[in-house]
Amino acid sequence: MKVALGILKRHLIVFRRTLWSNMVFNVLEPFLYLSAMGFGLGAYIQNMEGMSYMQFIAPGMVASAAMWAATFECTYSSFVRLHYQKTFHAMLAGPATVADVVAGEVLFGIVKNIVFGIVILVVIAAMGQVPSVWSLLIPLFLVFPGAVFSLMALSYTGIISHIDYLNYYITLVTTPMYLFAGVFFPVSSMPMWMQNLAWLNPLYHSVEVCRGLVVGNISIVLWQHVASLTLFSIILAAVPVYFLKKRLIS
Amino acid sequence: MSCVIRAENLAKSYGNFRALKGISFKIRKGECFGFLGHNGAGKSTTMRMIYGLSTVDEGYLEVIGEIIKPLTPPHIKQIFGIVPQEDNLDPDLSVIENLEVYGGYFGITRKAARAYGQELLDFMGLTDKINVNVEMLSGGAKRRLVIARALINKPEIIILDEPTTGLDPQARRLVWQKLRRLKEDGVTMLLTTHYMEEAAQLCDKLVLMNDGLILAEGSPEKLVNQYVLPFVIEVRVSLDMLPSGINKKIEEMGGRAEYIVDSLFIFTKDGKGLWEKLSEIGLKQDTCYLRPANLEDVFLKLTGRRNEE
Repeated sequence: MKVALGILKRHLIVFRRTLWSNMVFNVLEPFLYLSAMGFGLGAYIQNMEGMSYMQFIAPGMVASAAMWAATFECTYSSFVRLHYQKTFHAMLAGPATVADVVAGEVLFGIVKNIVFGIVILVVIAAMGQVPSVWSLLIPLFLVFPGAVFSLMALSYTGIISHIDYLNYYITLVTTPMYLFAGVFFPVSSMPMWMQNLAWLNPLYHSVEVCRGLVVGNISIVLWQHVASLTLFSIILAAVPVYFLKKRLIS
Repeated sequence: MSCVIRAENLAKSYGNFRALKGISFKIRKGECFGFLGHNGAGKSTTMRMIYGLSTVDEGYLEVIGEIIKPLTPPHIKQIFGIVPQEDNLDPDLSVIENLEVYGGYFGITRKAARAYGQELLDFMGLTDKINVNVEMLSGGAKRRLVIARALINKPEIIILDEPTTGLDPQARRLVWQKLRRLKEDGVTMLLTTHYMEEAAQLCDKLVLMNDGLILAEGSPEKLVNQYVLPFVIEVRVSLDMLPSGINKKIEEMGGRAEYIVDSLFIFTKDGKGLWEKLSEIGLKQDTCYLRPANLEDVFLKLTGRRNEE
Protein backbone atom coordinates (compact mmCIF):
# COMPACT_ATOMS: atom_id res chain seq x y z
CA MET A 1 0.00 0.00 0.00
CA LYS A 2 2.94 2.28 0.74
CA VAL A 3 4.09 1.85 -2.85
CA ALA A 4 0.55 2.45 -4.16
CA LEU A 5 0.54 5.80 -2.36
CA GLY A 6 3.89 6.59 -3.96
CA ILE A 7 2.29 5.86 -7.35
CA LEU A 8 -0.72 8.05 -6.48
CA LYS A 9 1.70 10.82 -5.56
CA ARG A 10 3.29 10.52 -9.00
CA HIS A 11 -0.10 10.92 -10.65
CA LEU A 12 -0.95 13.92 -8.49
CA ILE A 13 2.28 15.69 -9.46
CA VAL A 14 1.38 15.26 -13.13
CA PHE A 15 -2.28 16.12 -12.46
CA ARG A 16 -1.42 19.39 -10.75
CA ARG A 17 0.53 20.43 -13.82
CA THR A 18 -2.25 19.62 -16.26
CA LEU A 19 -5.15 20.57 -13.98
CA TRP A 20 -6.29 23.63 -15.93
CA SER A 21 -6.12 22.12 -19.38
CA ASN A 22 -7.91 19.08 -17.95
CA MET A 23 -10.48 21.25 -16.26
CA VAL A 24 -11.65 23.04 -19.37
CA PHE A 25 -12.38 19.80 -21.20
CA ASN A 26 -14.07 18.10 -18.28
CA VAL A 27 -16.17 21.13 -17.27
CA LEU A 28 -17.16 22.39 -20.67
CA GLU A 29 -18.93 19.25 -21.80
CA PRO A 30 -21.31 18.81 -18.84
CA PHE A 31 -21.86 22.55 -18.88
CA LEU A 32 -22.90 22.37 -22.54
CA TYR A 33 -25.28 19.49 -21.85
CA LEU A 34 -26.68 21.25 -18.84
CA SER A 35 -27.44 24.45 -20.68
CA ALA A 36 -28.67 22.79 -23.90
CA MET A 37 -30.91 20.29 -22.14
CA GLY A 38 -31.78 22.42 -19.14
CA PHE A 39 -32.78 25.55 -21.05
CA GLY A 40 -33.75 23.87 -24.32
CA LEU A 41 -35.71 20.82 -23.25
CA GLY A 42 -36.51 22.45 -19.92
CA ALA A 43 -38.66 24.99 -21.72
CA TYR A 44 -41.05 22.18 -22.69
CA ILE A 45 -40.88 20.11 -19.54
CA GLN A 46 -42.64 21.81 -16.67
CA ASN A 47 -41.73 19.33 -14.02
CA MET A 48 -39.93 16.03 -13.69
CA GLU A 49 -40.47 14.01 -10.52
CA GLY A 50 -41.66 17.15 -8.80
CA MET A 51 -38.74 19.41 -9.74
CA SER A 52 -37.75 21.69 -12.60
CA TYR A 53 -36.00 19.92 -15.47
CA MET A 54 -32.80 21.85 -14.82
CA GLN A 55 -32.93 20.77 -11.19
CA PHE A 56 -33.52 17.17 -12.26
CA ILE A 57 -30.54 16.88 -14.57
CA ALA A 58 -28.03 19.03 -12.61
CA PRO A 59 -27.05 16.34 -10.02
CA GLY A 60 -26.82 13.79 -12.84
CA MET A 61 -24.18 16.03 -14.42
CA VAL A 62 -22.11 15.85 -11.23
CA ALA A 63 -22.23 12.05 -11.23
CA SER A 64 -21.61 11.65 -14.96
CA ALA A 65 -18.78 14.19 -15.23
CA ALA A 66 -17.09 12.31 -12.40
CA MET A 67 -17.61 9.04 -14.28
CA TRP A 68 -16.10 10.38 -17.50
CA ALA A 69 -13.07 11.73 -15.67
CA ALA A 70 -12.33 8.41 -13.91
CA THR A 71 -13.07 6.45 -17.09
CA PHE A 72 -10.76 8.46 -19.34
CA GLU A 73 -8.00 8.26 -16.76
CA CYS A 74 -8.17 4.48 -16.46
CA THR A 75 -8.57 3.86 -20.18
CA TYR A 76 -6.52 6.18 -22.39
CA SER A 77 -4.10 7.49 -19.77
CA SER A 78 -3.50 4.09 -18.20
CA PHE A 79 -3.09 2.51 -21.64
CA VAL A 80 -0.40 5.04 -22.54
CA ARG A 81 1.41 4.40 -19.27
CA LEU A 82 1.16 0.65 -19.80
CA HIS A 83 2.15 0.34 -23.46
CA TYR A 84 3.92 3.50 -24.61
CA GLN A 85 5.57 5.10 -21.61
CA LYS A 86 6.34 1.78 -19.88
CA THR A 87 5.68 3.57 -16.60
CA PHE A 88 4.31 0.39 -15.04
CA HIS A 89 7.42 -1.57 -16.00
CA ALA A 90 9.53 1.04 -14.24
CA MET A 91 7.35 0.81 -11.13
CA LEU A 92 7.61 -2.98 -11.15
CA ALA A 93 11.39 -2.81 -11.39
CA GLY A 94 11.12 -0.92 -8.09
CA PRO A 95 9.46 -2.52 -5.10
CA ALA A 96 5.93 -2.34 -6.59
CA THR A 97 3.73 -5.35 -7.26
CA VAL A 98 1.04 -5.43 -9.96
CA ALA A 99 -1.55 -5.00 -7.19
CA ASP A 100 0.25 -1.81 -6.12
CA VAL A 101 0.17 -0.50 -9.69
CA VAL A 102 -3.57 -1.22 -9.94
CA ALA A 103 -4.20 0.36 -6.54
CA GLY A 104 -2.29 3.48 -7.61
CA GLU A 105 -4.31 3.79 -10.83
CA VAL A 106 -7.65 3.21 -9.07
CA LEU A 107 -6.83 5.64 -6.27
CA PHE A 108 -6.07 8.27 -8.88
CA GLY A 109 -9.27 7.40 -10.77
CA ILE A 110 -11.14 7.99 -7.49
CA VAL A 111 -9.37 11.31 -7.00
CA LYS A 112 -10.37 12.43 -10.50
CA ASN A 113 -13.91 11.22 -9.93
CA ILE A 114 -14.08 13.37 -6.80
CA VAL A 115 -12.30 16.44 -8.19
CA PHE A 116 -14.48 16.71 -11.29
CA GLY A 117 -17.60 15.89 -9.29
CA ILE A 118 -16.79 18.81 -7.01
CA VAL A 119 -16.10 21.12 -9.93
CA ILE A 120 -19.52 20.43 -11.50
CA LEU A 121 -21.14 20.66 -8.09
CA VAL A 122 -19.72 24.16 -7.79
CA VAL A 123 -20.95 25.00 -11.30
CA ILE A 124 -24.54 23.87 -10.59
CA ALA A 125 -24.44 25.58 -7.20
CA ALA A 126 -23.52 28.81 -8.98
CA MET A 127 -26.51 28.19 -11.25
CA GLY A 128 -28.70 27.98 -8.14
CA GLN A 129 -29.43 24.26 -8.45
CA VAL A 130 -28.10 23.03 -5.09
CA PRO A 131 -30.79 23.57 -2.45
CA SER A 132 -29.64 21.11 0.23
CA VAL A 133 -26.70 21.21 2.58
CA TRP A 134 -26.58 17.40 2.30
CA SER A 135 -24.65 18.06 -0.94
CA LEU A 136 -21.55 18.53 1.17
CA LEU A 137 -21.44 14.74 1.48
CA ILE A 138 -21.12 14.29 -2.29
CA PRO A 139 -17.29 14.41 -2.43
CA LEU A 140 -17.14 11.68 0.19
CA PHE A 141 -19.77 9.61 -1.59
CA LEU A 142 -17.94 9.86 -4.94
CA VAL A 143 -15.26 7.51 -3.60
CA PHE A 144 -17.67 4.60 -4.21
CA PRO A 145 -18.58 5.15 -7.87
CA GLY A 146 -15.00 6.32 -8.52
CA ALA A 147 -13.67 2.92 -7.47
CA VAL A 148 -16.18 1.06 -9.66
CA PHE A 149 -15.59 3.16 -12.81
CA SER A 150 -11.81 2.94 -12.37
CA LEU A 151 -11.82 -0.82 -11.84
CA MET A 152 -14.11 -1.39 -14.83
CA ALA A 153 -12.04 0.81 -17.13
CA LEU A 154 -8.71 -0.59 -15.99
CA SER A 155 -9.92 -4.16 -16.46
CA TYR A 156 -10.81 -3.40 -20.06
CA THR A 157 -7.51 -1.57 -20.58
CA GLY A 158 -5.68 -4.65 -19.34
CA ILE A 159 -7.54 -6.93 -21.73
CA ILE A 160 -7.05 -5.05 -25.00
CA SER A 161 -3.86 -4.93 -27.02
CA HIS A 162 -4.45 -1.85 -29.17
CA ILE A 163 -5.46 1.65 -28.17
CA ASP A 164 -8.21 1.81 -30.85
CA TYR A 165 -10.20 -0.81 -28.95
CA LEU A 166 -10.73 1.73 -26.19
CA ASN A 167 -13.31 3.41 -28.44
CA TYR A 168 -15.49 0.34 -28.08
CA TYR A 169 -15.47 0.68 -24.34
CA ILE A 170 -16.48 4.32 -24.55
CA THR A 171 -19.20 3.69 -27.15
CA LEU A 172 -20.54 0.37 -25.93
CA VAL A 173 -20.07 0.64 -22.18
CA THR A 174 -19.67 4.18 -20.92
CA THR A 175 -22.10 5.93 -23.27
CA PRO A 176 -24.97 3.45 -22.65
CA MET A 177 -24.30 3.77 -18.91
CA TYR A 178 -24.58 7.53 -19.35
CA LEU A 179 -27.80 7.42 -21.38
CA PHE A 180 -29.69 4.91 -19.21
CA ALA A 181 -28.67 6.03 -15.74
CA GLY A 182 -31.55 8.38 -15.04
CA VAL A 183 -29.52 11.48 -15.83
CA PHE A 184 -31.90 12.96 -18.41
CA PHE A 185 -35.13 11.14 -17.51
CA PRO A 186 -36.20 8.98 -14.60
CA VAL A 187 -35.38 5.30 -14.91
CA SER A 188 -38.98 4.58 -13.80
CA SER A 189 -40.19 5.79 -17.21
CA MET A 190 -38.41 2.89 -18.93
CA PRO A 191 -39.82 -0.65 -19.41
CA MET A 192 -39.55 -2.90 -16.39
CA TRP A 193 -36.70 -5.00 -17.76
CA MET A 194 -34.65 -1.87 -18.39
CA GLN A 195 -35.39 -0.68 -14.89
CA ASN A 196 -34.05 -3.95 -13.52
CA LEU A 197 -31.01 -3.66 -15.74
CA ALA A 198 -30.36 -0.18 -14.36
CA TRP A 199 -29.44 -1.75 -11.02
CA LEU A 200 -26.36 -3.15 -12.75
CA ASN A 201 -25.43 0.33 -13.95
CA PRO A 202 -23.05 1.92 -11.45
CA LEU A 203 -23.80 5.38 -12.81
CA TYR A 204 -27.50 4.89 -11.99
CA HIS A 205 -26.59 4.40 -8.32
CA SER A 206 -24.26 7.38 -8.40
CA VAL A 207 -26.90 9.63 -10.03
CA GLU A 208 -29.60 8.59 -7.52
CA VAL A 209 -27.39 9.34 -4.52
CA CYS A 210 -26.14 12.64 -5.96
CA ARG A 211 -29.70 13.75 -6.70
CA GLY A 212 -30.88 12.68 -3.26
CA LEU A 213 -28.09 14.66 -1.59
CA VAL A 214 -28.43 17.72 -3.84
CA VAL A 215 -32.17 18.14 -3.28
CA GLY A 216 -32.10 16.80 0.30
CA ASN A 217 -34.27 13.77 -0.42
CA ILE A 218 -32.65 11.49 2.13
CA SER A 219 -33.88 7.94 2.64
CA ILE A 220 -32.68 4.43 3.37
CA VAL A 221 -32.68 3.75 -0.38
CA LEU A 222 -29.51 5.80 -0.73
CA TRP A 223 -27.71 3.21 1.41
CA GLN A 224 -28.86 0.50 -0.98
CA HIS A 225 -27.16 2.37 -3.80
CA VAL A 226 -23.96 2.74 -1.78
CA ALA A 227 -24.10 -0.96 -0.90
CA SER A 228 -24.51 -1.88 -4.59
CA LEU A 229 -21.48 0.19 -5.55
CA THR A 230 -19.44 -1.38 -2.76
CA LEU A 231 -20.45 -4.83 -3.95
CA PHE A 232 -19.40 -4.01 -7.53
CA SER A 233 -16.00 -2.83 -6.29
CA ILE A 234 -15.43 -6.00 -4.28
CA ILE A 235 -16.37 -8.19 -7.24
CA LEU A 236 -14.18 -6.22 -9.67
CA ALA A 237 -11.13 -5.64 -7.46
CA ALA A 238 -9.13 -8.66 -8.62
CA VAL A 239 -9.98 -8.37 -12.33
CA PRO A 240 -7.51 -5.66 -13.44
CA VAL A 241 -4.78 -7.25 -11.31
CA TYR A 242 -5.29 -10.51 -13.19
CA PHE A 243 -5.18 -8.96 -16.66
CA LEU A 244 -2.35 -6.54 -15.99
CA LYS A 245 -0.29 -9.37 -14.52
CA LYS A 246 -0.72 -11.19 -17.82
CA ARG A 247 0.47 -8.07 -19.67
CA LEU A 248 3.36 -7.11 -17.43
CA ILE A 249 4.83 -10.32 -16.04
CA SER A 250 6.04 -12.88 -18.55
CA MET B 1 33.22 -13.50 -0.12
CA SER B 2 29.59 -14.53 0.08
CA CYS B 3 27.40 -15.36 -2.85
CA VAL B 4 24.47 -12.96 -3.42
CA ILE B 5 22.81 -14.57 -6.45
CA ARG B 6 22.90 -18.22 -7.38
CA ALA B 7 21.18 -20.01 -10.23
CA GLU B 8 21.04 -23.74 -10.92
CA ASN B 9 19.69 -25.00 -14.22
CA LEU B 10 17.58 -21.91 -14.59
CA ALA B 11 15.36 -22.18 -17.66
CA LYS B 12 12.48 -20.29 -19.22
CA SER B 13 10.01 -21.04 -21.98
CA TYR B 14 7.57 -18.72 -23.68
CA GLY B 15 5.04 -21.04 -25.23
CA ASN B 16 7.06 -23.40 -27.40
CA PHE B 17 10.08 -21.12 -27.48
CA ARG B 18 12.84 -22.00 -25.02
CA ALA B 19 14.50 -18.67 -24.30
CA LEU B 20 16.71 -20.09 -21.59
CA LYS B 21 17.79 -23.72 -21.62
CA GLY B 22 19.25 -24.27 -18.19
CA ILE B 23 22.05 -22.03 -16.93
CA SER B 24 23.95 -22.05 -13.65
CA PHE B 25 26.04 -19.27 -12.17
CA LYS B 26 27.12 -17.72 -8.88
CA ILE B 27 27.57 -14.02 -8.28
CA ARG B 28 29.66 -12.90 -5.33
CA LYS B 29 29.17 -9.79 -3.30
CA GLY B 30 31.03 -6.79 -4.67
CA GLU B 31 31.91 -8.19 -8.07
CA CYS B 32 30.88 -7.02 -11.48
CA PHE B 33 29.40 -10.01 -13.24
CA GLY B 34 28.78 -9.85 -16.97
CA PHE B 35 26.39 -11.70 -19.22
CA LEU B 36 27.75 -11.50 -22.71
CA GLY B 37 25.95 -12.58 -25.83
CA HIS B 38 24.10 -11.29 -28.83
CA ASN B 39 20.42 -10.45 -29.03
CA GLY B 40 18.23 -13.39 -28.13
CA ALA B 41 20.94 -15.20 -26.18
CA GLY B 42 18.80 -15.18 -23.04
CA LYS B 43 20.56 -12.37 -21.16
CA SER B 44 17.55 -10.15 -20.66
CA THR B 45 15.33 -13.09 -19.76
CA THR B 46 17.78 -13.93 -16.99
CA MET B 47 17.81 -10.33 -15.76
CA ARG B 48 14.01 -10.09 -15.81
CA MET B 49 13.76 -13.23 -13.71
CA ILE B 50 16.16 -11.81 -11.17
CA TYR B 51 14.40 -8.46 -10.83
CA GLY B 52 10.87 -9.75 -10.87
CA LEU B 53 9.38 -9.08 -14.31
CA SER B 54 9.43 -12.75 -15.27
CA THR B 55 8.48 -15.79 -13.24
CA VAL B 56 10.92 -18.55 -12.29
CA ASP B 57 9.17 -21.70 -13.49
CA GLU B 58 12.08 -24.05 -14.11
CA GLY B 59 15.29 -24.52 -12.21
CA TYR B 60 16.48 -22.75 -9.12
CA LEU B 61 17.21 -19.11 -8.37
CA GLU B 62 18.38 -17.73 -5.07
CA VAL B 63 18.90 -14.04 -4.24
CA ILE B 64 20.53 -13.00 -0.95
CA GLY B 65 19.74 -16.41 0.49
CA GLU B 66 16.08 -16.44 -0.50
CA ILE B 67 14.64 -18.84 -3.03
CA ILE B 68 12.73 -17.01 -5.77
CA LYS B 69 9.50 -18.83 -6.51
CA PRO B 70 7.82 -17.71 -8.67
CA LEU B 71 8.46 -13.96 -8.53
CA THR B 72 11.03 -11.76 -6.78
CA PRO B 73 9.21 -10.24 -3.80
CA PRO B 74 9.15 -6.48 -3.09
CA HIS B 75 11.50 -6.63 -0.11
CA ILE B 76 14.23 -8.04 -2.34
CA LYS B 77 13.50 -5.56 -5.12
CA GLN B 78 13.95 -2.92 -2.42
CA ILE B 79 17.75 -3.52 -2.46
CA PHE B 80 18.04 -3.59 -6.26
CA GLY B 81 18.81 -0.78 -8.64
CA ILE B 82 17.53 -1.58 -12.11
CA VAL B 83 18.71 -0.13 -15.41
CA PRO B 84 16.34 -1.76 -17.91
CA GLN B 85 17.15 -2.28 -21.55
CA GLU B 86 14.71 0.34 -22.78
CA ASP B 87 14.61 3.75 -21.13
CA ASN B 88 11.38 3.90 -19.21
CA LEU B 89 11.87 7.32 -17.70
CA ASP B 90 8.65 9.11 -16.87
CA PRO B 91 8.10 11.57 -19.76
CA ASP B 92 5.46 13.46 -17.79
CA LEU B 93 8.07 14.55 -15.27
CA SER B 94 11.26 16.60 -15.17
CA VAL B 95 14.70 15.13 -14.51
CA ILE B 96 14.69 15.73 -10.76
CA GLU B 97 11.01 14.74 -10.45
CA ASN B 98 11.85 11.40 -12.03
CA LEU B 99 14.24 10.77 -9.15
CA GLU B 100 11.84 12.11 -6.51
CA VAL B 101 8.92 10.02 -7.72
CA TYR B 102 11.00 6.88 -8.12
CA GLY B 103 12.41 7.38 -4.63
CA GLY B 104 8.81 7.64 -3.45
CA TYR B 105 8.15 4.06 -4.59
CA PHE B 106 10.90 3.01 -2.20
CA GLY B 107 9.35 4.97 0.64
CA ILE B 108 11.91 7.80 0.45
CA THR B 109 10.42 11.21 1.25
CA ARG B 110 10.35 13.74 -1.54
CA LYS B 111 12.71 16.03 0.31
CA ALA B 112 15.27 13.30 0.97
CA ALA B 113 14.99 12.03 -2.60
CA ARG B 114 15.50 15.53 -3.91
CA ALA B 115 18.62 16.09 -1.84
CA TYR B 116 20.19 12.75 -2.76
CA GLY B 117 18.89 13.08 -6.32
CA GLN B 118 20.84 16.30 -6.72
CA GLU B 119 23.99 14.51 -5.57
CA LEU B 120 23.35 11.73 -8.09
CA LEU B 121 22.74 14.19 -10.92
CA ASP B 122 26.00 15.86 -9.99
CA PHE B 123 27.77 12.49 -10.10
CA MET B 124 26.21 11.71 -13.48
CA GLY B 125 27.05 15.12 -14.90
CA LEU B 126 23.42 16.16 -15.28
CA THR B 127 23.29 19.07 -12.82
CA ASP B 128 22.49 21.63 -15.50
CA LYS B 129 19.55 19.48 -16.69
CA ILE B 130 17.85 19.26 -13.31
CA ASN B 131 14.55 20.91 -14.30
CA VAL B 132 14.50 19.86 -17.92
CA ASN B 133 11.76 17.54 -19.15
CA VAL B 134 13.29 14.13 -19.80
CA GLU B 135 12.07 14.13 -23.40
CA MET B 136 14.55 16.94 -24.09
CA LEU B 137 17.58 14.87 -23.04
CA SER B 138 20.02 13.23 -25.46
CA GLY B 139 20.23 9.43 -25.57
CA GLY B 140 23.39 9.40 -23.46
CA ALA B 141 21.94 11.80 -20.88
CA LYS B 142 18.77 9.68 -20.64
CA ARG B 143 20.86 6.60 -20.01
CA ARG B 144 22.83 8.35 -17.29
CA LEU B 145 19.57 9.50 -15.71
CA VAL B 146 18.25 5.94 -15.73
CA ILE B 147 21.42 4.91 -13.90
CA ALA B 148 20.98 7.79 -11.43
CA ARG B 149 17.39 6.66 -10.89
CA ALA B 150 18.61 3.12 -10.20
CA LEU B 151 20.86 4.51 -7.46
CA ILE B 152 18.24 6.58 -5.64
CA ASN B 153 17.53 3.82 -3.09
CA LYS B 154 21.27 3.20 -2.46
CA PRO B 155 21.00 -0.34 -3.85
CA GLU B 156 23.23 -3.21 -2.80
CA ILE B 157 22.92 -4.85 -6.21
CA ILE B 158 22.70 -2.98 -9.50
CA ILE B 159 21.36 -4.76 -12.56
CA LEU B 160 22.28 -3.13 -15.86
CA ASP B 161 20.60 -4.56 -18.95
CA GLU B 162 22.63 -3.29 -21.91
CA PRO B 163 23.48 0.04 -20.28
CA THR B 164 25.22 1.55 -23.30
CA THR B 165 23.36 0.14 -26.30
CA GLY B 166 22.70 2.87 -28.81
CA LEU B 167 25.11 5.39 -27.30
CA ASP B 168 27.89 7.14 -29.17
CA PRO B 169 31.50 6.32 -28.15
CA GLN B 170 31.91 9.38 -25.89
CA ALA B 171 28.66 8.78 -24.07
CA ARG B 172 29.53 5.11 -23.68
CA ARG B 173 32.89 5.88 -22.13
CA LEU B 174 31.29 8.34 -19.75
CA VAL B 175 28.86 5.66 -18.57
CA TRP B 176 31.73 3.18 -18.13
CA GLN B 177 33.63 5.68 -16.07
CA LYS B 178 30.62 6.14 -13.75
CA LEU B 179 30.09 2.41 -13.45
CA ARG B 180 33.74 1.88 -12.52
CA ARG B 181 33.32 4.43 -9.74
CA LEU B 182 30.35 2.47 -8.40
CA LYS B 183 32.37 -0.71 -8.55
CA GLU B 184 35.10 0.94 -6.48
CA ASP B 185 32.44 1.71 -3.88
CA GLY B 186 31.83 -2.03 -3.54
CA VAL B 187 28.42 -2.26 -5.18
CA THR B 188 27.61 -5.63 -6.72
CA MET B 189 26.86 -5.23 -10.41
CA LEU B 190 25.19 -7.46 -12.96
CA LEU B 191 25.69 -6.35 -16.50
CA THR B 192 24.44 -7.64 -19.81
CA THR B 193 26.02 -6.46 -22.99
CA HIS B 194 26.83 -7.46 -26.51
CA TYR B 195 29.84 -5.16 -26.56
CA MET B 196 32.92 -7.24 -25.82
CA GLU B 197 34.93 -4.16 -24.99
CA GLU B 198 32.40 -3.17 -22.38
CA ALA B 199 32.60 -6.56 -20.75
CA ALA B 200 36.40 -6.49 -20.82
CA GLN B 201 36.49 -3.00 -19.33
CA LEU B 202 34.05 -3.56 -16.50
CA CYS B 203 33.58 -7.20 -15.58
CA ASP B 204 35.53 -9.19 -13.01
CA LYS B 205 33.84 -12.31 -14.18
CA LEU B 206 31.56 -13.09 -17.05
CA VAL B 207 29.61 -15.76 -18.80
CA LEU B 208 29.36 -16.05 -22.56
CA MET B 209 25.82 -16.86 -23.56
CA ASN B 210 24.44 -18.13 -26.82
CA ASP B 211 21.06 -19.55 -27.66
CA GLY B 212 19.89 -19.82 -24.07
CA LEU B 213 23.01 -21.56 -22.79
CA ILE B 214 26.28 -20.56 -21.13
CA LEU B 215 29.21 -21.46 -23.38
CA ALA B 216 32.06 -20.39 -21.16
CA GLU B 217 32.77 -18.50 -17.98
CA GLY B 218 35.65 -16.83 -16.22
CA SER B 219 37.46 -13.51 -16.03
CA PRO B 220 38.03 -11.74 -19.36
CA GLU B 221 41.76 -12.54 -19.23
CA LYS B 222 41.14 -16.15 -18.31
CA LEU B 223 38.73 -16.60 -21.19
CA VAL B 224 41.17 -15.12 -23.67
CA ASN B 225 44.00 -17.30 -22.36
CA GLN B 226 41.87 -20.39 -22.32
CA TYR B 227 40.21 -20.21 -25.70
CA VAL B 228 42.55 -18.34 -28.04
CA LEU B 229 46.25 -17.65 -28.48
CA PRO B 230 47.52 -14.19 -27.45
CA PHE B 231 47.77 -12.67 -30.94
CA VAL B 232 45.63 -12.74 -33.99
CA ILE B 233 46.20 -11.84 -37.61
CA GLU B 234 43.00 -11.01 -39.42
CA VAL B 235 43.26 -11.89 -43.09
CA ARG B 236 41.15 -9.55 -45.17
CA VAL B 237 40.99 -11.64 -48.29
CA SER B 238 37.90 -13.50 -49.39
CA LEU B 239 38.14 -17.21 -48.71
CA ASP B 240 38.25 -18.36 -52.33
CA MET B 241 41.28 -16.09 -52.99
CA LEU B 242 43.37 -17.75 -50.29
CA PRO B 243 46.38 -19.81 -51.46
CA SER B 244 45.78 -23.55 -51.35
CA GLY B 245 47.18 -25.56 -48.45
CA ILE B 246 47.33 -22.46 -46.30
CA ASN B 247 46.00 -24.17 -43.18
CA LYS B 248 48.84 -26.64 -43.16
CA LYS B 249 51.45 -23.91 -43.65
CA ILE B 250 50.01 -21.90 -40.79
CA GLU B 251 50.15 -24.88 -38.49
CA GLU B 252 53.75 -25.59 -39.46
CA MET B 253 54.62 -22.06 -38.39
CA GLY B 254 52.96 -22.49 -34.99
CA GLY B 255 49.74 -20.67 -35.82
CA ARG B 256 46.13 -21.82 -35.75
CA ALA B 257 43.70 -21.08 -38.52
CA GLU B 258 40.12 -20.30 -37.55
CA TYR B 259 37.39 -19.46 -40.01
CA ILE B 260 34.97 -17.05 -38.40
CA VAL B 261 32.08 -15.44 -40.25
CA ASP B 262 33.63 -16.09 -43.67
CA SER B 263 37.08 -14.81 -42.93
CA LEU B 264 40.36 -16.29 -41.81
CA PHE B 265 41.81 -15.51 -38.40
CA ILE B 266 45.32 -16.75 -37.64
CA PHE B 267 45.89 -17.15 -33.91
CA THR B 268 49.46 -17.37 -32.70
CA LYS B 269 51.70 -17.07 -29.65
CA ASP B 270 54.31 -15.14 -31.57
CA GLY B 271 52.46 -12.35 -33.35
CA LYS B 272 55.48 -10.41 -34.61
CA GLY B 273 57.29 -13.56 -35.74
CA LEU B 274 54.44 -14.80 -37.87
CA TRP B 275 53.73 -11.30 -39.19
CA GLU B 276 57.27 -11.08 -40.61
CA LYS B 277 56.86 -14.41 -42.36
CA LEU B 278 53.43 -13.80 -43.90
CA SER B 279 54.78 -13.90 -47.42
CA GLU B 280 55.90 -17.48 -46.84
CA ILE B 281 52.26 -18.48 -46.49
CA GLY B 282 51.38 -16.50 -49.58
CA LEU B 283 49.80 -13.50 -47.84
CA LYS B 284 50.61 -9.82 -48.09
CA GLN B 285 50.95 -7.60 -45.02
CA ASP B 286 48.75 -4.89 -46.49
CA THR B 287 45.76 -7.22 -46.62
CA CYS B 288 46.32 -8.43 -43.07
CA TYR B 289 46.05 -6.90 -39.63
CA LEU B 290 47.94 -7.94 -36.50
CA ARG B 291 46.50 -7.27 -33.03
CA PRO B 292 46.32 -8.82 -29.56
CA ALA B 293 43.50 -11.36 -29.20
CA ASN B 294 40.51 -10.19 -27.19
CA LEU B 295 37.19 -11.30 -25.82
CA GLU B 296 35.48 -10.81 -29.14
CA ASP B 297 37.69 -13.46 -30.68
CA VAL B 298 36.72 -15.86 -27.90
CA PHE B 299 33.09 -15.06 -28.45
CA LEU B 300 33.22 -15.39 -32.22
CA LYS B 301 35.18 -18.58 -31.99
CA LEU B 302 32.76 -20.17 -29.54
CA THR B 303 29.54 -19.02 -31.15
CA GLY B 304 30.88 -19.55 -34.65
CA ARG B 305 31.58 -23.15 -33.83
CA ARG B 306 28.13 -23.65 -32.45
CA ASN B 307 26.56 -22.41 -35.63
CA GLU B 308 28.49 -24.94 -37.64
CA GLU B 309 27.15 -27.83 -35.61
